[in-house]
Amino acid sequence: MYKNLQWKLLVIAAVTGLAVWSFTPPSKKVKLGLDLKGGVQMVYRVETDDAIRIETETASEQFHEALKTDNITVGGVKVNGLLEFQVEGVPPASEQQFRQLAQTQLGQSFDRDSNGTTHTFRMKPNIAVQRRTEAVQQAIQTIDRRVNELGVSEPIVAPYGTTNDQIIVQLPGVQDVNHAKSIIKNTAILEIKLVESGPMSDEQTLLSSHGGKAPEGMEVVPGTSGARGDTTRVFYLVKRVAAITGRDLRNAKPTLDEYNTPAVSFTLNNEGVTKFTRVTGDNVGRQLAIILDGLVQSAPVIESRISQAEARITGTFTQQEAADLSLILRSGALPASLTVLAESTVGPSLGEESVRAGVMASLVGLGLVTIFMLFYYKLAGINAFVSVSLNLVILLGFMAYLGAVMTLPGIAGFILTIGMGVDSNVLIFERIREEMATKKGAKQAIAAGFDRVLVTIVDTHVSSLIAAAFLFQFGTGPIRGFATTLFFGLASNVFTAVFVSRTMFEFILSRRSAGSTQQISI
Amino acid sequence: MHIFDNPNVNFLKWRWQALALSVAIIGAGVFTIVSRGGLPLGVDFSGGTVLRLKFEKPTVDSVVRSALPDPGNSVVQTYGAPGDNEILVRLPLSGDQTNADAQAAQVEAALKAANVGNFTVQSKEIVGPVIGEDLRSKGLWATVSSLGGILLYIWFRFRLTFAVGAIVATFHDVLVTLVFLTWFGYDISLNVVAALLTITGYSVNDTIVIFDRVRENQRLAKREPLEAVVNRSVNQTLSRTIITAGTTFLSVVALYLFGGEVLEGLAFTLLVGIIAGTYSTIFIASAIAIILSPKQAEGPATAARTPKRA
Repeated sequence: MYKNLQWKLLVIAAVTGLAVWSFTPPSKKVKLGLDLKGGVQMVYRVETDDAIRIETETASEQFHEALKTDNITVGGVKVNGLLEFQVEGVPPASEQQFRQLAQTQLGQSFDRDSNGTTHTFRMKPNIAVQRRTEAVQQAIQTIDRRVNELGVSEPIVAPYGTTNDQIIVQLPGVQDVNHAKSIIKNTAILEIKLVESGPMSDEQTLLSSHGGKAPEGMEVVPGTSGARGDTTRVFYLVKRVAAITGRDLRNAKPTLDEYNTPAVSFTLNNEGVTKFTRVTGDNVGRQLAIILDGLVQSAPVIESRISQAEARITGTFTQQEAADLSLILRSGALPASLTVLAESTVGPSLGEESVRAGVMASLVGLGLVTIFMLFYYKLAGINAFVSVSLNLVILLGFMAYLGAVMTLPGIAGFILTIGMGVDSNVLIFERIREEMATKKGAKQAIAAGFDRVLVTIVDTHVSSLIAAAFLFQFGTGPIRGFATTLFFGLASNVFTAVFVSRTMFEFILSRRSAGSTQQISI
Repeated sequence: MHIFDNPNVNFLKWRWQALALSVAIIGAGVFTIVSRGGLPLGVDFSGGTVLRLKFEKPTVDSVVRSALPDPGNSVVQTYGAPGDNEILVRLPLSGDQTNADAQAAQVEAALKAANVGNFTVQSKEIVGPVIGEDLRSKGLWATVSSLGGILLYIWFRFRLTFAVGAIVATFHDVLVTLVFLTWFGYDISLNVVAALLTITGYSVNDTIVIFDRVRENQRLAKREPLEAVVNRSVNQTLSRTIITAGTTFLSVVALYLFGGEVLEGLAFTLLVGIIAGTYSTIFIASAIAIILSPKQAEGPATAARTPKRA
């Protein structure tokens, strides 16, 4: 009686089967957002100024070294803020040579402005922008390595926002949030510098033998006094340019020192080994300060040239701290410091509670709507129930298949889809009632009802789809979940409310004998 | 069962009264909002910290408040069901903060030191000033562009006067919802804005159904005055309008009652929005469309009957 009925039923069964296969088992196939699974989300700003400052300082120091090597004696090299440094007192005789050297060493990244014997070097704007972008990318990679080492499953470390210096980090299922945060934020700048004198208990004593201020190429660095938790500081005078930095590390791992206290053992890469051999060979009897984030951890004496690749940082570490430090050194230093802009933490028990509440609300919603439809449209209400339920099944299947994340607002979108989905059924049923009121038989009424109402259904869905699309643009995380369920729920609703619902009516009518097709329960 | 069997109510007759009611509600609401110093922004938009703490034993919120570093500026209240022992601590943005999470750490440490009882942090929501401002502008922009998108869509599908009518109705719904949110003490959070945007899309649904009918009826009765056509269209679709609003309302009621506290603001917004949306669809959208339509739309027959004013 109805052409293609079998084919239509097959299509519906296939789509349903596919959807169910997509999201079964739900615990594995449906991705839960942080608000349902528990975990933490942070938004950091990368202080790219740090990276710029380091670049300027390093460039000025290296240039100064190059000048000495070329025997050009200058008055002084001074860093003037973030982007520029000045060289004063360049002897006119060496001017030509100076300019050539400046061009070779600094020409790519710095603009020169000369005024008499003072030459000011300013970082080129496009280079500054480039360094900022690189700093952010490097920060993302470093945090990514650290977070992966922490053993977080499916972490997300990605750029965020419109200012090009924000990063979002999502750590699902993390229990010890504070630990994770400290690992991420730790700048972990390792430097090994030659000690000139020290340790002394205060700066003045230290500098008294040098005329009250730090000689050129040297700086004062504070250090720990040795006892755990003791914040008194001692001071060392060290060479400014580091002999070894974190970049020369190949690996780091926790270990025990000769007193069985936790320490960090690190191995150097080839370049590091070369540098280390030279420094230790040239300076037997002197101390090397091992400096972590600007604080001297220890300053062992070089007893002989060390040509091995392995060395140790000892200090007052606990086992956890040694493990953390190794992790951080392995991942590389952060190119710039991080500032926390936002944080969102959800405990796992709250997440579970939210899932339960969401599922309960969905079932109640479905139940209420179905009871009403049965009451008002009689047996056609079953039709509505089937089409709405199928809508939810397809929606869940869609989301699982696309790997879309289900959030708490996403469940709200689910429930909204129930209410709005049944909307279409109401439209259709009302039209059918209207058509039947004009004394048409059931078959024609149904056909006319569906035909007339398709345009209106599409029309009413489009405006909600527009709103959902803007919502998706504007939102992150949970709101996107809401927009996604709403969007796909409405989209699949066109299929279920029209195609499935109609097929069901046709199926029911096809099972009756010709005479009794005039009435349906609606 | 039918609830409206061929209704024939002259809705448009009441258009000025309906508009007056809306203006009254919105006016009173704006007054409340202004007297309270602005919309009640949630932490997402105002910035600050919200800690949801679960205590092992029932704890009084005043005890918790006195243990805080800055009790004067903090909001402490019991949260959730009585047996939950949950307390909500809300702190505004503190003036000088580089790291947005410093405040929360301070508070947690202070509470632990004050020995107010064992607690776990169920959830933490910290929004620094940069992100707060970012979200404020995004939220505003999203609402405006959503309204704009819908305006364009209806203009494209119908005509400009209808589009303006629909947008005024939708804008009206947003305002009324904001007013009720303020009156019932709900914060404007990200979830609430999401619900508001949904309402804009939803409210326009009903309006489109009526305009569809108007267009269909106009085709069938070309010489009838617009006001009569619109009235008839509203009446014809009344059943459908009320029922679909009703079913959506039912499902959102389930969300409001069973969905948990986190979604309460969102559910409430949808509830008010659905009611306001239905009201504005029946009374406001059509009224504005009529008011803005040129007089010729009344049809030549009526024009001939109406005596020219002296």
